[in-house]
Amino acid sequence: MPVAVKDNICTLEYVTSCGSRILEGYRSPYEATAVNKLKAAGALIAGKTNCDEFGMGSSTEHSAFGRTLHPFDKTRVPGGSSGGSAALVAAGAVPAALGSETGGSVRQPASLCGVVGIKPTYGRVSRYGLVAFGSSLDQIGVLGRSVHDAARVLSVISGRDPKDATCEDRDSLRLPNVPESLQGFVIGIPKEYFPPDLDPAVRRACDRAIRLLRELGAAVRDVALPHTQYAVPTYYIIAPAEASSNLARYDGVRYGPRFDGSEDVRALYRTTRGEGFGAEVRRRVLVGTYVLSSGYYDAYYRKAQQMRALIAQDFRNVFDRGVDLLFTPTTPTPAFKAGEKIDDPVAMYLSDIFTVTANLAGLPAISVPIGRVKGLPIGGQLVGQAFLDDEMLEAAYALERAVPAGEEA
Amino acid sequence: MANRWETVIGLETHVQLRTVSKMFCGCSAAFGAPPNTNVCPVCLGLPGALPVPNELALKLAVRAALGLGCTVHPRSLFARKNYFYPDLPKGYQISQFEQPLATAGSLSYLSPDQGIATATIVRLHVEEDAGKSLHDRFPKQTAIDLNRCGVPLIEIVTGPDFRSPHEARAYLLTLKQVLEYAAISECDMEKGSLRVDANVSVRRAGETALGTKTEVKNINSFAFVEKALTVERDRQIAVLEAGGTVAQQTMLYDSKTNSVRPQRSKEESHDYRYFPDPDLPPLMLSEEFVAEQQTQLPELPAKKRERFVEKYGLSVTDAAVLTAERAVADYYETVVHAGSGADAKLAANWVMTEVLADAKDHGERLRVQPGALAGLISLVRGGTLSHQAAKRVFSEMAEHGGEPRNVAEALGLTQVADTGVVAGWVSEVLGAHPTEVERYRKGETKLLQFFVGQVMKVSRGKADPKLAQRVLEERARSLGDLK
Repeated sequence: MPVAVKDNICTLEYVTSCGSRILEGYRSPYEATAVNKLKAAGALIAGKTNCDEFGMGSSTEHSAFGRTLHPFDKTRVPGGSSGGSAALVAAGAVPAALGSETGGSVRQPASLCGVVGIKPTYGRVSRYGLVAFGSSLDQIGVLGRSVHDAARVLSVISGRDPKDATCEDRDSLRLPNVPESLQGFVIGIPKEYFPPDLDPAVRRACDRAIRLLRELGAAVRDVALPHTQYAVPTYYIIAPAEASSNLARYDGVRYGPRFDGSEDVRALYRTTRGEGFGAEVRRRVLVGTYVLSSGYYDAYYRKAQQMRALIAQDFRNVFDRGVDLLFTPTTPTPAFKAGEKIDDPVAMYLSDIFTVTANLAGLPAISVPIGRVKGLPIGGQLVGQAFLDDEMLEAAYALERAVPAGEEA
Repeated sequence: MANRWETVIGLETHVQLRTVSKMFCGCSAAFGAPPNTNVCPVCLGLPGALPVPNELALKLAVRAALGLGCTVHPRSLFARKNYFYPDLPKGYQISQFEQPLATAGSLSYLSPDQGIATATIVRLHVEEDAGKSLHDRFPKQTAIDLNRCGVPLIEIVTGPDFRSPHEARAYLLTLKQVLEYAAISECDMEKGSLRVDANVSVRRAGETALGTKTEVKNINSFAFVEKALTVERDRQIAVLEAGGTVAQQTMLYDSKTNSVRPQRSKEESHDYRYFPDPDLPPLMLSEEFVAEQQTQLPELPAKKRERFVEKYGLSVTDAAVLTAERAVADYYETVVHAGSGADAKLAANWVMTEVLADAKDHGERLRVQPGALAGLISLVRGGTLSHQAAKRVFSEMAEHGGEPRNVAEALGLTQVADTGVVAGWVSEVLGAHPTEVERYRKGETKLLQFFVGQVMKVSRGKADPKLAQRVLEERARSLGDLK
């Protein structure tokens, strides 16, 4: 089975450039554990896919090597940052591709391209060889034509890895059977994910999916995740903070291109990092450096960590009250136009509004196509409990089978 | 002038743990390999690589903490210390900041100023080392060797407890002793396995508030600790006496000129932006793990010193000399317990003089087997060897080995205890010194020792001196005179 691999996952075969000039032509001397496991299971590494630089973006426009086009409408974006992987799967070039998530970078493009995208529980898949962006949030995920294709790949790459201290000491994921019904499942609908200004067509698609879940035998219940409104700001403190440190190593000293500025080492850093990183990466490195600085750490970083704990607690509270899974829209809109949000970072950040919470809480989540909005695909999201990825996949199988994904909602 | 000022010093000591591999990867931690050969994606900080803690390093760190009486915390955090430097490949050092491995310990040491004193250990944490920048290898270029990158270290921070440079040095030597005893570190300053930075300030005698401190770095030998601190103390006093103020800055010590210079501000990082390392889960240490490390700690120098005083009847000073190094202390105890058991005090004298002198000249090797030394000591006690002869036997055994009795016989040094033979030597001596015999007869009895010495001389050291004395005394008694 050919599997494409996002450009921020180390492979021996191809360049690993993370969509960045600063790693242009970089060949990794080792391969990621996930890639290694795929090859051991007989998969073929089909190639590397374009992405937003270091995974920072939601449109795959922030790649030093050009933007990726939406497979059904060239004027639109495929989402991001794993937009190359999503577009390739949607175009039918490969049955599945590896992507990576920090705040929704697998599920968001999956929703926009009409494919399945899984982000496993944090610690389910080794991060060894995944070029770090926000280490406490990063997780390799899978994009696939179907739940089954994606789940098969996930099952292969999951499981313990002595090279990653944050990877749980667990066997690889068991592939669930396609269930006859969802009898016994309790699915929560968090009201914060259905704001009054939600695109009516997206809401219609979700309502239809919820009705189908109910018809499959699931008990559907309204729930509340009261700290949801703080998720995006929390995310945009923690992820850049970690990124500012993770990206410090790209200094032109040991590998990657070295940009001119050799009068002293400070000038070398300044020029290499100034020229090598794109605008969005520079923005996040600056924000991240700021929020970790002495005098600001307590006001931003520490507060964000406290909020992150509250967001995770919201989910635990709901799950403790008998809810098995949550259902939400994956994205607030279908694929947007190229260039539409490129100059408005906050608008771009808000396209991750429904996905960042699963990363902050470390929970498994999946996007499944649930219909079309003016001809463009839209995904629905299931969020599961930590390390119950298999239970989430079971429900996704059933939803995928029931929903008329090609039909206008 | 110095008397009007009080010096306040605190030390931060970095100690390399004695592990085979590095702190977060499997690379060798050995010193001296060709540049950039002990490296891998993890310690090179290649994109995508991740750290995994070395369990032995954690064990050694916990043993160090226990040896220094610290509270070892069941949960501690690894943190990133962010700064840019070419020999720091990740752009951050993995260390500990908030919630270190251990806090609140103490180390008692012998202060040259105030006798037994106690230094407080504020904290002890684990971290990785950076690489090395070599500025003198190629003209106008900096070479980088990343072999040292990722080598496991502990940092041991004291309170501002020392009141003089030599007191700081005494603490440091005691710390080294403890760490060497417990096989935690080689503590070799020349190889960089022990490095010390000092916070130095002065204040007028009687003041309680601390003066502005400077951090003295680049002290790379035990010999320089006291010098560097003295130079900085004197500099601060001179500044203050001249009406100036001490600037809070980092001072670099230059051993060639015995002077300090401020580190250029460019070399200084003002804000390390510490935060918990998201690649490493909180370090959880179970009670069992900590208890197990306690059982792995040997008897530490202070305890051993007390025991030597009590059990072997040694003076505190002698016990301190014998326990300064674990190998010497073990050697001494083996000598005392070898065979029928050597006299503890005699054995102590032998070890402190002959054994340590020989070790000093031969790369700290204890060349004479403890059993052989015990045998040698009993030959002296039994009268077979004179002390002088025994020293020659010792040297011979150090060079070529062998059993003391065989060596002594081979060298012809065994004492003659045959009364007839000794009497012959006595007659020879008396015959050769008629003037002295005459003086003795007239009451100069102290000349007896002179005759004994002459007997030793004519016998070339082989006569048993006690026997010679007895024969001389008998001759004097029986004949009324010595004729």
